[in-house]
This record gives sequence, C-alpha cells and structure tokens, in this order.
Amino acid sequence: MTQRRKALLAFLLGPGAGWLLLFFLLPGALVIVYSILTRKDGGGVEWIVDFSSYVKLFSPTDGAVINDFMVIFARSLWWAALTSFVCLLIGYPLAYFIALQPAHVRSTYLFLVLIPFWTNFLVRTYAWKFILNNNGLLNTLLQDWGFERIAIINTPTAVLIGLVYGSLPFMVLPLYASIEKLDFDLVEAAQDLGANYLSVFRRIILPLTAPGIGAGIVLVFIPVTGQYIVPTILGGGKVAMLGNLLAQQFGPALNWPFGSAISVIFMVLLMAAVVFYLRSENRDGEAGL
Amino acid sequence: MAATFDVELRTVTKHFGSFTAVKDVSLGIRQGEFFSLLGPSGCGKTTNLRMIAGFELPTSGSILLGGKDVSQLPPFKRNVNTVFQNYALFPHLSVSDNVAFGLEMKGIDKAEIAKRVKETLEMVRLPDSGKKKPNQLSGGQRQRIALARAIVNRPQVLLLDEPLGALDLKLRKAMQLELKELQRQLAITFVFVTHDQEEALVMSDRIGVMDHGVLRQVGTPAAIYDRPADRFVADFIGDTNFLPCRVVDHRNGTAHVQVAGLTMSASSDQTLTDNSSAYLAIRPEKVQLYGPDTPHNPNEERFAGVIVETVFMGTDTRYVVELAEDIQIVVRQQNRNIASTRFALGQTVDVGWETVFARVLVS
Amino acid sequence: MNERQPAGSDFLRWGKRLLWANMIFSFLFLYLPIVILVAFSFNDSKLGARWVGFTTQWYVSMAQSEAILTAMENSLIVALASTIIATILGTMTAMAMERFRFPFQRTYDGILYLPVIIPDIVMAISLLAFFSLLLGGVNNLLGLEGNAALRPGLVTVIIAHVAFNISFVAIVVRTSLGELDPGLEEAAQDLGANEWTTFRRVTLPLIMPGILGGALLAFTLSLDDFVITFFTTGPGGTTLPIEVFGRIRRAISPEINAISTAMLLVSMILVIVSQLVQRRTAALSSNSVQETQ
Repeated sequence: MTQRRKALLAFLLGPGAGWLLLFFLLPGALVIVYSILTRKDGGGVEWIVDFSSYVKLFSPTDGAVINDFMVIFARSLWWAALTSFVCLLIGYPLAYFIALQPAHVRSTYLFLVLIPFWTNFLVRTYAWKFILNNNGLLNTLLQDWGFERIAIINTPTAVLIGLVYGSLPFMVLPLYASIEKLDFDLVEAAQDLGANYLSVFRRIILPLTAPGIGAGIVLVFIPVTGQYIVPTILGGGKVAMLGNLLAQQFGPALNWPFGSAISVIFMVLLMAAVVFYLRSENRDGEAGL
Repeated sequence: MAATFDVELRTVTKHFGSFTAVKDVSLGIRQGEFFSLLGPSGCGKTTNLRMIAGFELPTSGSILLGGKDVSQLPPFKRNVNTVFQNYALFPHLSVSDNVAFGLEMKGIDKAEIAKRVKETLEMVRLPDSGKKKPNQLSGGQRQRIALARAIVNRPQVLLLDEPLGALDLKLRKAMQLELKELQRQLAITFVFVTHDQEEALVMSDRIGVMDHGVLRQVGTPAAIYDRPADRFVADFIGDTNFLPCRVVDHRNGTAHVQVAGLTMSASSDQTLTDNSSAYLAIRPEKVQLYGPDTPHNPNEERFAGVIVETVFMGTDTRYVVELAEDIQIVVRQQNRNIASTRFALGQTVDVGWETVFARVLVS
Repeated sequence: MNERQPAGSDFLRWGKRLLWANMIFSFLFLYLPIVILVAFSFNDSKLGARWVGFTTQWYVSMAQSEAILTAMENSLIVALASTIIATILGTMTAMAMERFRFPFQRTYDGILYLPVIIPDIVMAISLLAFFSLLLGGVNNLLGLEGNAALRPGLVTVIIAHVAFNISFVAIVVRTSLGELDPGLEEAAQDLGANEWTTFRRVTLPLIMPGILGGALLAFTLSLDDFVITFFTTGPGGTTLPIEVFGRIRRAISPEINAISTAMLLVSMILVIVSQLVQRRTAALSSNSVQETQ
C-alpha cells in the first residue's frame, strides 16, 4: 500500500473505530473491571479488588441448591428458548406460505411482516398491556359476555406472549430469505425419486433452510435473554428476567460490582452460544460443499 | 524525448501475498503497435495490463510510458485509458456523460467536450445514443461506448481487457475487424488482453504469450505460430503433434532426433544437449500424406505408416497415422478434390513434411 | 394457482389450509393489538377499555402537554444528531472495510457486529458505568460542583446512540458497496478522477440508496430506543419513550394511547420511506442485472 492509501485508510477507519473503542469497548472493559471491585453505597465502586460478587452469584442461599439469581438466569435462558421455539412454530409456516406466493403478492406480505419490525417496541408491548390488564380489553369483554375475569397480567403467560409478539418478525425475515432461495425443482426431483411429502420436507427442505432457522433462532434468542421492557411492563417486575436483575443492581439496589458480575457471566454465556452457532454454521457450510 | 518504446516493462514482478502473478517480465511495445497479451486465464496477462493502467503496483521492476517511469503513479495520473472487460459504464450517467467523464476530469471547456463527444460517438457509429442510459443499450453498443469513453481522451496507450469476451461469436468477429480499423485510423498504441488465440492472431502486430506469470514468447503472429519458442506456446496456439524423441546431434539450429527408431531432422532455437530427451513438434496441417509411388520432394523427409483413424471435418479430413508402436501423428488434409479423400482406414501411407516446420522442443 | 406447487392431493390440500390458517392467525396476532390501541385512542372514556364514543380530546391534551412536547423535541434532537454522526462514520467505516485490506480486519469486522447482537441492557449498564466514571472524573479534575457539574443528558444519549448506530449503518452501506462493481471506480480513476472525485461522482451516487437506508434504520432505532436512553440520560434529557414508559408504569390512560398512535404513525411513515428507498435500489440493481445479460 502506498503512503497515500495508508493515510486514506486511517482517515476512513479512524473516527468510527475511535468512537467504538471509546464508547463501546472501553465501557465493556470497565464492566469487567467493576465486577471485581467493592460496592460503594449510593452507587459506583470503591477501587478495592474484591471477588465477593462472583461468590454471591454462585453460592447457594438459605439452604436452596440454587439461589434466586441463578433462577433468574435459568428462567431467562428457558424463556428465550421457549420464545424461539414458538416463533419458529408460527414463523416457519408463515415464511413458507409467503415464499409460495406469486412475486407481486409476496412483497405485500413481506411489507406486512416488516411494519411491526420498524414499529416502536415499547408501544407494541404497551398495546398488550392495554389488552391483558386486569381492567383491560380482554377482561372487559369477558365480563360483558358473562365470563369470569382472568388474571393474566404479571404472569409468565403475559410475558411470553409479549416476547413472542416482539420477536416474531425477527424469526420470519431470515426464514423467508432462506426458503425463498430454495430451488423448488429439488422438491420435484426428490418426489421423482420416490420421496413422500414428509420425507421431502425432512430430507430436502429442512436441511436447505437450516441456515435461516439458525439465523432466526440467534436473532430471537439473544435479544430475548436480555429483555427488559416486556418483563417490566407485562410481568410487572414480578417475574424478573436478566434485564430486570441488571437494571435493579444498577438502579435501586445500587450494587454496581454485583451487576457487573452478572453482566460478565451473561456475556460469557452469550459468547459461548454465538461461537457454538458460528462453528456449526461453518461445519454446515463445509458439508454443503 | 523520443522514446524507443511507448510502453516498457522492466523486470516486472507482482506478488499477491504468496502468489506470484507476474514473474520478471520485460517487454517493449512500440508506438502505434497493436500488441496482444495472450494466455490462459490466470496467466498474469490481466495483472500486467492492470499494472500498466495503475490499478496494481508492481512488487519490483518498473513500468515506463513514453520513456517516463510511472511505476508508482496512481491510475488518474497516467496517460492511458482502459476498455474494461464488462465495460464498467457508469449506470447513473447518460452515454454522453460517460464519454465526457475523462475530458471533464482534464478540465477541458464545455463546448470542446461537447464537440469531441459528438465526434467520438460518430466514430463508433452510435451518434444518436448520447441521451440514453447504458442499460438501454445492447451488449455490442455498450462495447462501442466503452471504447468511445476511452479513445475520446486520446490516450498515449489504449488498454483493452478482453473487450470482446462478452459478445456472441458473430458480433465478435465483426468487432475484431472494426477495432483493427479504428486502431489504424487513430494510430494509438493498443495493448490487448485475450485468451482467444485466434483473436490474437487475427488482430495483432505482435503477440506476447504468457503462462504462469512468465512471458514465454514475443513475436509476430506468424513467427509465434510457425516457430513456437517452447512446448507451452506450441501447445497453446493451434494444434501440434508432440513426438517424444532423443536428440542425436545438433548444429546451427538444425538437429537430428530419434523417434522410436526413426531418425528425423528438425529445427530448434532452444539449447539442446546431445542424447537428451525432447519433443519433436509438428503441426497437423504441415504434414502431407502420400499414397505409394508418389514422387519424392527433396525438402521433405518421409516415413511410412498406417492410417488408424479418419474423421471427415468438412473443409478438411483429420487422419491419425501410426508410424511405429505408440507413435501416432495427426494429419490434416484439405479436401480440395475427390482425390484428397482417397485415404482409407488401415491403408499404408507415407507421411512427409518440410524439415523447417518440425521443431525440437526441450521444454 | 401457483406453478411452483406440486400437484394436489388430500395431504396437500390440508397442508395448504393449515398454511392459510397460520398466516391469518399470525397477522391477526401481529396487527390486532396495534389496531385496538389506535381505536381506543379515540375512545371517549377516561377508564379505557370499554367503548363509549368517539373523541379527539386525548390528542388535544397530548398536544398541550409541556412534558410530551419537550420529550418529542428531545427525541428528534437525539435521533437527528445521532443519525447524522452515525451515517457519516458508518459510511466511512464501510468504505474502509470494503475497499481496503489491513491487519486485524477480521477482528474489527467481528467487533463491528457486537453492538448489533449484544442485548441492549448490557450495553446500557456499561455506558452508565462509563459515563458516571468519566463525568465524575472530569468534574473532580475541573472542580465543578452543584449546577456547574457535568451531568448525563442529551449529549451522553446521543453519544450512546451513535455507538450502536455506526454498526447498523456500516452493515447496510457495506452491502450496497459490495454489490457495486469495483470496476466502475477503477474506470473513473482510469479516466483521470482522483480518489475524492471518484467517490463524489461515481461511488456516492451509486451507494446513495444504501446510505439512505442505513440512515433511516439509524433514525428509527434511535427514535425507538428506550433501554440505552434510560440508562444514559439525566435531568432534562427525557425522550418520548422515556416519558411514555414513565406514564405506563404509573397508570393506563387514553392519553398514552394517543401518544402511542402518534409514534406508530411516525414509524409507519419511516417504513414507507424506507420501502421507497429500497424500491429505488431494486430498480437500480434490476438494471444492472439487465446489463449482465
């Protein structure tokens, strides 16, 4: 590279890289450092090395085998998995349906999936609160029609509805992208070779759309684990997820080192999941060749 | 300063990481010459062109344009223009604006630009296409506009990177002649990259044959065809019989070789060693077939053989003649008259050729 | 109806019915809550969930609320500022990534994707910790106290939004740069244009749809962001989602429905604009498809 090209590269790369270094990587590193410091009353940290946050995170409390924090970890991961599964269950047939439509209709359906994707998440979650609230639309209607009211707000069901609702477009879009690329001649070739509909789906369609399924699961799973808005608004803080736990430690509980430790463990888990996903993607890619 | 060469490469080498794309190439191209760089894909011909244009900088060696070293200059400071393989016409600009682009960059005034654009569009015979967008043109028309966009700048050298590659056969043949005629009119040096040997033979004043980054031979089309410098050139251009042989003796470019017990005479430009193994190369159409009792031509050597295969190909017939066990030679005979097709499978014939067309090639 | 479907049978007919049913269910699921929300923003009842009659009074009271107007203004300031900065930096980053080779490029590529995949709450608390340390340090150093002390506010929010938006813009712009034939840039240089002229006359006009798309995405993300704003803002830095969140936690009121409807409307406008931009991109690329034929 000539001197001139090098200068140009530095000019193009410098500002963006500088911004990310200062306002993304450095804060991230700071959280790692904070996780081994001492709590300061009223928020912040004392600069004294102390691993007690990690001890607290992993030690059993009150005779229980796992403590409340681990329960929240487990719940977040479990709900993220459940949300991914339900989104896949609804999203795959939806994406398949859209991919089967004639081209001009397809773009309309896609547009309809895209609108919620671009619409304010907070507002969409609030819409569910309006429906599910104790005095909300659902209960009002039930009452008017002579049924019992149901207490659904602030329950896991309400939170899961909100999570699936917010995540569905993230599942449908990558699924559609991979189903749309599918060469339907392959389906006919498989049928020609004697495969029935189920075998065609299991042996041809499913493997070929696996990258879309993988991408969709990643796009749903990771954001859901860190959800804050849905469990706060539809769970009322009664069924907390990791997002609530973090917010609580940095907010009312004012235990920054402990919050940082939670964040670090959370990140380690997510990174492990992403690395696992990328590895299996690569393996699939090689197998595909 | 009157330079000997319009374009000169001096011991140019180009590495991409650990891959050597061009290896120690030295080459001079004369003013007004139609020069082709010919070779299979990946042989380094395009890299050579891109180094002349300035898109790649040589790892070592230097590039001179009109006697001036431009090795380190960016493309926009070199007085050369390129016709790209896929034309690279700017899709957001009209045809006129495409053609005017280079002149605008030179800061030429608007009236002059308009005049020259009009002239050039007439020259490529698309005078009414100025307002169109490139995607409204056919492949052949785009090719002409790409040419116009380059020549309107009157570059010292015009570089053409497989410009006819995307056209269908018929259009390509027509464009070959048109391009050649245009070059004669403009008297600009053309450096033309192609993998199509026929195209190179038809159009060029001289050809440089490349393989694996090495410049194998430079010469006129006839010289390269009739006196290939090595086995690669002989093989890449046209068809050639390669008969494995042993060098018996050699003197002043003439050698005697032994092919499966038969002694043959041949010419060679390579350094030969007596008793070493080599190949005798002879083109199928240089070989003549004789029935029994045909008078002997004193310039020729003749050998007896049996026809083991005949294929009728329209203008000519292709025979395979077995001279000895495992030694077969392909012969092409023009079907000039009824008698030309008289040779039959299994027939015993004589094959003969003028010794100047037989070449001994070590490598 | 569709040539791509294999010939029918009972199995297929039922499969098709199920696909239709699932599609209808999915869109009801996605749109019913939004429709209800919008409808009830016109409901003439303070208590919400039973339809009484049509009114626009909630919109009137929204337009008269000082807090909401300030929050709207703040949201616009943050979205505009962060979009402009992120679009410029993101486009420059995309150019560097797509047109240069440099050491640790793959690592940097990975880092660029981090702000996209990392849960926003994690980024939010790390920025909270960082800004608190930074502002505390600066205040100490300069001896700033009381009202003179630096506090988190709109500026810290803008900085944070740029930090995640650079990545989104860079990814979108890289896609359109990747689809651009590098031969066009070479052709411009071949015709005498230097790097800057090449960028201005050839690259920029051709990737403009990508840049606009990236900017629209950044604008939407910034406008919609609640979590990161919540943890990086301070007094006087209340954006619309923060204001709405506060009201939702306090109580359900038809006023929130009205604000929400207004926010939905803005989202709809943005998505329509982005679709128009994409259609222009598609038109350009369909031309280039023709070109290769």
